[in-house]
Amino acid sequence: MTAVFDLKGVSFRYPSGRREVLEDIALEVAPGALFSILGPNGSGKSTLLQVMLGELAAPTGSIEFGGRPIRQWSRRAIARQVAFVPQGEPLAFPLTVRQLVEMGRFPHVGVLGRSGPADEAAVLRAMERAGVQKLADRSINTLSGGERQRARIARALAQEPSTLVLDEPTAALDLHYEMETFELMRELATESGFTVVLATHNLNLAARYASNLLLLSEGRIQATGDPASVLTHETLERVYRWPVVVTPHPGPGSDAGAPQVLPLSRPD
Amino acid sequence: MIGRLFLLLLACLAVAAGALMVGPVEVPLREVLNAIQGKADPTAQTIVMGLRLPRVILAALVGAGLALSGAVFQALLRNPLAEPYVLGVSSGAALGAVTAIVFGMTIGSVVALPFSAFGGAVLAVFLVLAMAGGRGRGLDTRVLLLSGVVIGAFFNAIILLIINFADVETFRAAFLWIMGSFSGASPEAALTLSIYLVPAVLGLTLLARPLNLLSVGEQSAFHLGVDVRRFKLVLYVATSLVVGVCVAGAGAIGFVGLVVPHGLRLIGGSDHRWLLPACAISGAMFMVAADTVARTVVAPAELPVGVVTALIGVPVFLWLLVRNEEFR
Repeated sequence: MTAVFDLKGVSFRYPSGRREVLEDIALEVAPGALFSILGPNGSGKSTLLQVMLGELAAPTGSIEFGGRPIRQWSRRAIARQVAFVPQGEPLAFPLTVRQLVEMGRFPHVGVLGRSGPADEAAVLRAMERAGVQKLADRSINTLSGGERQRARIARALAQEPSTLVLDEPTAALDLHYEMETFELMRELATESGFTVVLATHNLNLAARYASNLLLLSEGRIQATGDPASVLTHETLERVYRWPVVVTPHPGPGSDAGAPQVLPLSRPD
Repeated sequence: MIGRLFLLLLACLAVAAGALMVGPVEVPLREVLNAIQGKADPTAQTIVMGLRLPRVILAALVGAGLALSGAVFQALLRNPLAEPYVLGVSSGAALGAVTAIVFGMTIGSVVALPFSAFGGAVLAVFLVLAMAGGRGRGLDTRVLLLSGVVIGAFFNAIILLIINFADVETFRAAFLWIMGSFSGASPEAALTLSIYLVPAVLGLTLLARPLNLLSVGEQSAFHLGVDVRRFKLVLYVATSLVVGVCVAGAGAIGFVGLVVPHGLRLIGGSDHRWLLPACAISGAMFMVAADTVARTVVAPAELPVGVVTALIGVPVFLWLLVRNEEFR
């Protein structure tokens, strides 16, 4: 099966930057995977997502989506395949949830097209799936952080993509919304056949929900594979420069045994 | 949405009819309607069709163009305070126009004047963006507005410098460009403007959907399937052209692009599929009303119409500025 994302030897530096933000990155995301990108602040997670999606052009290496170089896809064609949920979006003008979600239909409708019943149905399905149908006519400005994030996820689902990419979707969310987001992502990946790529700081939830992890530090891959092989005591202490213990999740259910990271107090 | 636009259109027509009626000689509505059909008595015929109608049409076109370009700038820069005059773009266009006049291109010129004003507008857009967006990603609101105001002041200074070397008649004409006026309206001027403005306004209105995406953020628009770089270029060029043509027709009239979109956002929200056509209609209405005030309130003298729009626009601007600060 063709990998969804296939990166080989990708390096990137900002025009004004002195050092490489990404160095020699190689990764493959299989269809249906829940692929989680981890790493400290400034390790290059967001940049990696932007490069993968063709938003930033990497001068070296190859980046393919669905077997085709990412920069060769037309904007609208790729937006029907991949939806991106950004970290945050300060809105300059008030919009309702429905108006925001309707924007997800742009890749299907185009500049001059008219949206039809199929688009309306997709918008409703997306709002239901993300649990914002009751908020449809509320202004985004009146929503809590968690509700806003779900509205953005609904917009991404309205694109009817095969792949979802999320940049720290649970940053600044409380426990409830964070768990709900991870549950939804797992549901989408395992039940609806989505491929999900998400960057996160939450090592413990990534260990429980993701099928594959990639740990980034200073623009290089430190470890990649299943949770048990990536979240090891040695790797984590080196990358995060902090003492930790890694202990198996007590369960119940499918969580049992997933590696959980406990940071220790600073040794005296 | 169609219903609201229709109501705005009716209101606009009512204001236009009012504008055709009032002035040094009052013309009753029935005579106005007769004049439009060519059946009024000769005096009313000349006043309505020869003097007032071209002026009303010119004001409507310029108002529509300026209000629309205000809305587009606001979406492009994601800033409700952006507006051609505040951004210095109108002053850039005025400098282009004044340069053309001083170098002897006649005022009625169909091509030279709008295009030199367009050139000035493009120069101003370029300078403001370079100053406000130069150092990093994203535009800082305060830097953006400061840049616009400062660049506008600079262009105005150059205009005053240039016209000091001109003869008295040019001086007077060029001075009107700085505040804006429709006193030079003629059927030819109205026709010239409509050649540029009608297609540009219709074309921009068709871009409402991608403009919605852009108003949310460039990154989001990119990932939702908009070719952001190309689209922004098209929008900047088109709005600069609209501003250039408007300024070439009537001078730098401020704050229309601020007051009109803001009022419409309050009524019907920020969806550009409604906002852009509504701006074109309401901008026309606003400008016709402002010009009618300008030419009647101190009769027989006449105020520059820019004075009227600034008297309304500056309080709105300040109110938006204060409210915007609270948001951050």
